[in-house]
Amino acid sequence: MSKATLAEQTLLLDHGSGGQASNRLIGSLFFKYFDNPILNAMNDAARLEIVGPLSMSTDSYTVDPIFFPGGDIGTLAVHGTVNDVAMMGARPKYLSCGFILEEGLPMETLERIVASMANAANEAGVTIVTGDTKVVPRGAVDKVFINTTGIGEIFASPAPTGSSAQPGDAVLVSGTMGDHGLTVLSGREGLNFATDIKSDSAPLNHMVEALISQIGDIHVLRDPTRGGLATTLNEIAGQSGVCINLREGDVPVRESVRNGCSFLGLDPLYLANEGKLICILPQEKAQAALELMRSMPYGADAAQVGTVRNGDDGPGKAGQVVLETPLGGHRLLAMLEGEQLPRIC
Amino acid sequence: MNVAESFRDPALCKGLLERLHSELDQPLRFMEVCGTHTVAIFQSGLRPLLPEGITHLSGPGCPVCVTHESEVAAFLDLAGRDDVILATFGDLMRVPGPKGRNLKLAKAEGARIEIVYSPIDALQLAIKNPGDTVVFLGVGFETTAPTIAGTVLMAKQQGLNNFKVLSFHKLVPPALKVLLDDPECAIDSFLLPGHVSTILGLEPYQFVAQNYKTPGVITGFDPVDILESLLIMVEQRKKEDYSIVNQYKRAVSDSGNARAREVMFSVFETADALWRGVGCIPESGLVFRDEFSNFDALKALDITVTEAPPTPGCKCGEVLKGKMQPGDCPLFGKGCTPAKPVGPCMVSTEGSCAAYYKYSV
Repeated sequence: MSKATLAEQTLLLDHGSGGQASNRLIGSLFFKYFDNPILNAMNDAARLEIVGPLSMSTDSYTVDPIFFPGGDIGTLAVHGTVNDVAMMGARPKYLSCGFILEEGLPMETLERIVASMANAANEAGVTIVTGDTKVVPRGAVDKVFINTTGIGEIFASPAPTGSSAQPGDAVLVSGTMGDHGLTVLSGREGLNFATDIKSDSAPLNHMVEALISQIGDIHVLRDPTRGGLATTLNEIAGQSGVCINLREGDVPVRESVRNGCSFLGLDPLYLANEGKLICILPQEKAQAALELMRSMPYGADAAQVGTVRNGDDGPGKAGQVVLETPLGGHRLLAMLEGEQLPRIC
Repeated sequence: MNVAESFRDPALCKGLLERLHSELDQPLRFMEVCGTHTVAIFQSGLRPLLPEGITHLSGPGCPVCVTHESEVAAFLDLAGRDDVILATFGDLMRVPGPKGRNLKLAKAEGARIEIVYSPIDALQLAIKNPGDTVVFLGVGFETTAPTIAGTVLMAKQQGLNNFKVLSFHKLVPPALKVLLDDPECAIDSFLLPGHVSTILGLEPYQFVAQNYKTPGVITGFDPVDILESLLIMVEQRKKEDYSIVNQYKRAVSDSGNARAREVMFSVFETADALWRGVGCIPESGLVFRDEFSNFDALKALDITVTEAPPTPGCKCGEVLKGKMQPGDCPLFGKGCTPAKPVGPCMVSTEGSCAAYYKYSV
């Protein structure tokens, strides 16, 4: 878009009008980056080749700042939905993409985001087949909001679900916790930690496919996004009617994230992740699953962090997550109430 | 193992715990004055590992918890003004005021409220918004008051007229005196706050040991710190030889931070203050000196703090004084939960009720 006129370098209400300006935007930007036969057919809806059972998920992305170390709102919009679809034991195939854009947004910013989305979709092996663009008056949204819906074919049988954790199962995570949440928070607040903190935003569908096809018998797969590991494990404990024992000392957390959290009075177990999964499966398969994850690009720090047990078999009860500290003490790891806020002292 | 990790070393803690179990020969009721200690004890999982004879009580050292209802009402009044931007640390956002209103709700209704990480951020906000008055909510103890005083000095140097502070600061030692004078409190020993003590040093606590024959240990926030401090308390009670000990020497100098105190008292002076659940404590608050009245939100914005009635049924005052354990309050976990807190001890992340509710297995 380097030859664009000054007016064309900024997003105007005209670009969402459905007229010539919209067509130019769609042609020069979305078709250029998302190029594929289904989208290019330009029908009212996408015609898909897909067989059931299906997994479908939708999410809206409103992150601030829109660019951060390790990713941007575009990569999140692809990875987030791809990962949600995959956690059902599915191969994500198609994505829709809806933009709500603020008048005055530099076209260059939008192009960076769209290019990121195209790269992310390419790596995940999904196709963006339909979309929508709205431009709203300045101030009505914060720069750019993106909604993506994903659909995929469930190939695991039975498919993993949050209600399938069983006593005796191992609880694994694919890597370090809290990287994304702290990165975005420090970017938003201008905290500029002089460290290696960056978002873990990544597609996990290839890891999911490998776990299901090579290890099998996966009871639960979840990506611990908002609310972090603690909240997601609480959801699973509640859905499955079990108690989850989490060993604090075994949860991988980068030292820089731990230090940043300590400084701000935050807990990395409650911070969002965008490129990590929780895998719950029989204990006898745990080692093989860990080795497989560690051999893959986004699983180098995979670890077993806990076990599933009956509610009446130790401290805690069904539906709860009990944290075992390195000292051997226990405490409840409750679901987060509200948002984590920095404290006074 | 790095230095920081060594204060959480499980093997070291195990040894200290064994010593504590063998050396405790009489019941010990200790109060952790500071909310961060309450949370640290829960988070490390120490609580169920301590000997049965040790009872720990949560004290009045959570700044959010002791902010009086009438002070919260003053925040909320300010939040309703069109020309005011409130700047605050995050943990005040959910503190319930009269009729359960809080700053989060006020923000949702349109009040301009900014969560900041330091008072300097609030000063920057004032510079960026010359047409508005930025009011920083000055809540906290000796830990934060010097930084806020320093920010006021900067504002004065820069000739900023639109930066104000609503000073509801509280001082820790006068509150300890109230607890010690109350026979119902029956506290055997104090775990003294690490952060506050970086400013105060040992001297302001000496009356605890000298006048009341009660040990006090300034402590860090890792399990080794806490266990070592408990052993010091046990030893002092055995020998009936009471003193104030600085266990947290890696952060706290025995003489504290004289420069910080000088800055604090150049801007503020002591005055009587209202503590939630406790009432008025003489000389336990900080108000602006006359020469800084231009920065005093109370005077500059003509705010009157009228004493609001205590919240019916809320026993936070009893909990703060160590007279009641959180679980013994009739509202605990029923009418009062972190989702719908009645009292401040349940709303603050460092509040004792919230800690018991969140962490007790």
